[in-house]
Amino acid sequence: MTAAQASVEFLLNGERRSLPAGASVASLIAHLGLRSELVAVECNGAVVRRAEHATRLLADGDVLELVTLVGGG
Amino acid sequence: MNTVSSALEPQDGPLVIGRTTLRSRLLVGTGKYATNEQMRDALALSGTDCVTVAVRRVNLVAGEPSLLDYIDRSRYAILPNTAGCFDAKTAIRTAELARELLGSEWVKLEVLGDPRTLLPDPIGTLEAARELVAQGFDVLAYCSDDPRMGVRLAELGVASVMPAGSPIGSGQGVLNPNAIRILLELIDKPVIVDAGVGTASDVAAAMELGVAGVLLNSAVALAREPLRMAAAMRDACRAGRNAFLAGRIERRLYANASSPLEGVVGSRP
Repeated sequence: MTAAQASVEFLLNGERRSLPAGASVASLIAHLGLRSELVAVECNGAVVRRAEHATRLLADGDVLELVTLVGGG
Repeated sequence: MNTVSSALEPQDGPLVIGRTTLRSRLLVGTGKYATNEQMRDALALSGTDCVTVAVRRVNLVAGEPSLLDYIDRSRYAILPNTAGCFDAKTAIRTAELARELLGSEWVKLEVLGDPRTLLPDPIGTLEAARELVAQGFDVLAYCSDDPRMGVRLAELGVASVMPAGSPIGSGQGVLNPNAIRILLELIDKPVIVDAGVGTASDVAAAMELGVAGVLLNSAVALAREPLRMAAAMRDACRAGRNAFLAGRIERRLYANASSPLEGVVGSRP
């Protein structure tokens, strides 16, 4: 297996990141130390529902947005 | 000491926005407070049961407390906004992410024209409102005080029309009360004055026009004493609402004595 196949590269909130191949949305959230109930995920422009976090695997080139709630008016 | 019997206290119905029923007619934002604790206490003193929040990218440095740790969801309905969105597509994406975060299907829709004025963009607002209504959202649409814009939004099926009293955070109050009055005559959706409140009298004056509610943030969060201002806003909202329901007297050019003019000592019968 080559190094390229051993990891998956993606954009996370505009920053280039990588994780071992096979990483899911749920494992990304855990890797970042975030509380999953406070995070919503968009992948390539579409929301990834919470129920799909564990089964949705990251793919090379994915554009991910992880958002939460902050103070606002 | 005389106390008013609570049985005499005037009653008012709830504020119903789409599928949500609120007791308070004051909606309060959660931005710009010095601390989360100050925000929590200001919300409590304001008497509100609906608070607005924004959707933003997570801070990738983990361990920071969440805003939601300071908002009791059993006490407050949380209304997410699309603040900071300058086109319909970004606002729709933000609303969809907010729905995923909160599990609720309502949104305060903001599609803004530019960062300097933060004035609402009417075309983008209509475009996003149409899509979000079609998706089943209860849309609370931030807009200018143009009555015709309010009519267009109401026709699209938004849950509430939210005209700005004056630009966001400007503290200028309701600059064109006549436009708000006309809007109130043209649509039967709840009208909530959103943006521009500077002080308590602005809230009272808006409520006296007959609007269903007022949404504010900076006027409390940036006051010298936010907690005291929160209490002032609570009282002003109730005062203005009661004054509207009670019905003000006509304005007259000349005096109309409150005391009898007859029977003054030394007068001739």
